Amino acid sequence: MKRRLLASVATVATLVGMGSAQAQVELQFWHAMGGNLGEAVNAQVEGFNKAQSAYKVVPVYKGSYTETLTAAIAAFRARQAPHMVQVFEVGTANMMAAKGAVYPVHQLMADAKEPFDPNAFVSPVTGYYSTADGKLLSMPFNSSTPVLYWNKELLQKAGLDPAKGPTTWPELGEMAKKAVAAGAKCGFTPQWQTWTMIENFGAYHNLPFATKSNGFGGTDIELRFNDAARVKHIATLAEWSKDRTFVYNGREGRSTAQFNAGDCAFHIASSASASAIERALTKEKVGMGMMPFWPDVIAKPQNSIIGGATVWVLQGRPQAEYVGVAKFLSHISSGPIQAKWHQETGYVPVSKAAAEITEKSGFYKDNPGRDLAVKQLLLNPPTENSRGLRIGNFVQIRDVVDSELEAVWSGKKDAKTALDDAVKAGNELLRRFEAANR
Amino acid sequence: MEKRVAFNERWLPYLLVSPQILITLVFFFWPSGQAIWQSVLLEDAFGGNSRFVFLDNFTHLLSDKDYYASARLTLVFSALVASVGLGVSLLLAVMADRIIRGATAYKAFLVWPYAVAPAVAGVLWGFLFNPSVGIVAWSLAAIGIEFNYVINGNQALALVVIAAVWNQVSYNFLFFLAGLQAIPKSLIEAAAIDGAGPGRRFWDIVFPLLSPTGFFLLVVNIIYAFFGTFGVVDSLTKGGPAKATEILVFKVYNDGFRGQDLGGSAAQSVILMIVVIALTVVQFRFIERRVHY
Repeated sequence: MKRRLLASVATVATLVGMGSAQAQVELQFWHAMGGNLGEAVNAQVEGFNKAQSAYKVVPVYKGSYTETLTAAIAAFRARQAPHMVQVFEVGTANMMAAKGAVYPVHQLMADAKEPFDPNAFVSPVTGYYSTADGKLLSMPFNSSTPVLYWNKELLQKAGLDPAKGPTTWPELGEMAKKAVAAGAKCGFTPQWQTWTMIENFGAYHNLPFATKSNGFGGTDIELRFNDAARVKHIATLAEWSKDRTFVYNGREGRSTAQFNAGDCAFHIASSASASAIERALTKEKVGMGMMPFWPDVIAKPQNSIIGGATVWVLQGRPQAEYVGVAKFLSHISSGPIQAKWHQETGYVPVSKAAAEITEKSGFYKDNPGRDLAVKQLLLNPPTENSRGLRIGNFVQIRDVVDSELEAVWSGKKDAKTALDDAVKAGNELLRRFEAANR
Repeated sequence: MEKRVAFNERWLPYLLVSPQILITLVFFFWPSGQAIWQSVLLEDAFGGNSRFVFLDNFTHLLSDKDYYASARLTLVFSALVASVGLGVSLLLAVMADRIIRGATAYKAFLVWPYAVAPAVAGVLWGFLFNPSVGIVAWSLAAIGIEFNYVINGNQALALVVIAAVWNQVSYNFLFFLAGLQAIPKSLIEAAAIDGAGPGRRFWDIVFPLLSPTGFFLLVVNIIYAFFGTFGVVDSLTKGGPAKATEILVFKVYNDGFRGQDLGGSAAQSVILMIVVIALTVVQFRFIERRVHY
């Protein structure tokens, strides 16, 4: 009896052992895409898991971008790092500086012998995430850029042509004033004010955000965004806020709620907000255009820069598992998948193939305006001011700029003082970053 | 004559307190030690590049005017939360103590807010006062008061104080009520017979006899204002606008977890730790002397 029991235990043990020998390798992918975006990510992962049987990618939603990054850092320090983590563009400089933590994508692809052509991606995206000598560090995933949205209904009420948006800031100001006079609760409100009104404003007007090509040339840099053009721009917005031509509605993406509620005539927001905005206001009521510019600063706008996130591969897993990671990254960056992602969400197509597929499918004919984001990114060959930003401690620097701008909106500081103070405090954070990564 | 329990075995008392000691060591002393060690390091977030910088993080902090602004704000905030919180709950407790009919129902309602997590309380109050959809903000606008905590720093601070107090009132209320009910009725009746009015009875009899409870609550409330209000701030204002609600504990979180500046954040928590230890010592040495037990 006892012997039989032992034998059966042994059989079960062998079976279990065999099972695990054949089991799939699980690959952890931590991301920050909630709601609809999260479902889209899950669909991408499911496609990969069904297409092959050697690897199983496990997508885990970890909350906001910051929460996801914090969770990955904590896991890395505890030697439990996920294979892949989605990190927003603001974290790029810090990720690059993290010695021994990051497995650069170009190297991963070479080590895993996975066919990989960085030229397949559009240059504003690869430029942001490559080293000075053009080696791609993280896998482009979701990139967006700010575009102008307007509420056609409110423009019509103000006696304006709803089909035609403004191209310059003075025009926007005039139209917004008319909209407010005709009863709109707010003329214009921007999303992610630092990203749209300071960072992209600079690139679009070919003005530097920081020295050394916005930080691409090293960490010993200084901020430069307190120039006359931006001081004037912020001062103008502050002036406009007196009669609600401009209304500040909070940090990050909070202002979109006001635009979606039909309160505001104009909104500068991420192209990735397009689907949510169209759902809230209906497609017919939403107009889309490129960001306005100041004709007295630049004759024709330069190009905008991206926001969004890429997938970073973390070190510390057995080498064999990284082959699966390479395959998965190839999968999610392939043309058809990126095309679907672009059309569903409003993020820009990160690869040229995705752009072509979308173009051919006739998507832009049915959804006018959805091609604007890419066009605006590719408006002109990027200069050293419009390639992107590589700023250490960027999350904190954005916080500094946000709170200095809030001081302007509440009337505590004038535009010049606020931007000077932001540059000063930001430079201190840069020195700290330089010291920490010496 | 004090009653003393004698242990025959030398090790037994140590064994009996050991679980408590162990918990204190693991959950309090160890993290505190880690914080102190972290506060003298400068490193990148992933820990690959760690350098011993001695007191650099502290000198950096103490030369930062934002830090002083945050410290001043924390003092104002804690004073407001503790005084308003204690005042309101004492008033409620005195009134609830007098009620004869339906007392249990009133008490249950007053204790209710304590069951709400601070973060949820923050979201709730945020909704009520939301400048575009909030019912309270809307009503205020109707009588000509523009309430916009997204831009106005003082209004944001007021809102955070209200939410923090609302969350803590129940706790204070319970203790005050228990304290009131422990006061012998005979004392109050004797005073009444001697001709003391309700106000006199309260200030000369009830208030002094309530002082141990009040003192305990003062300590608890100040510690609550320093640390427990994090959830309210995080869900309501995230320290904004323009740092108007960035109290010290929120700055620790913001610099450490959002900014990934672990050394600087650890230095802040060490300072905070020292401040709270000092505050508690001061309270026990000086204020406690005036408390009647």
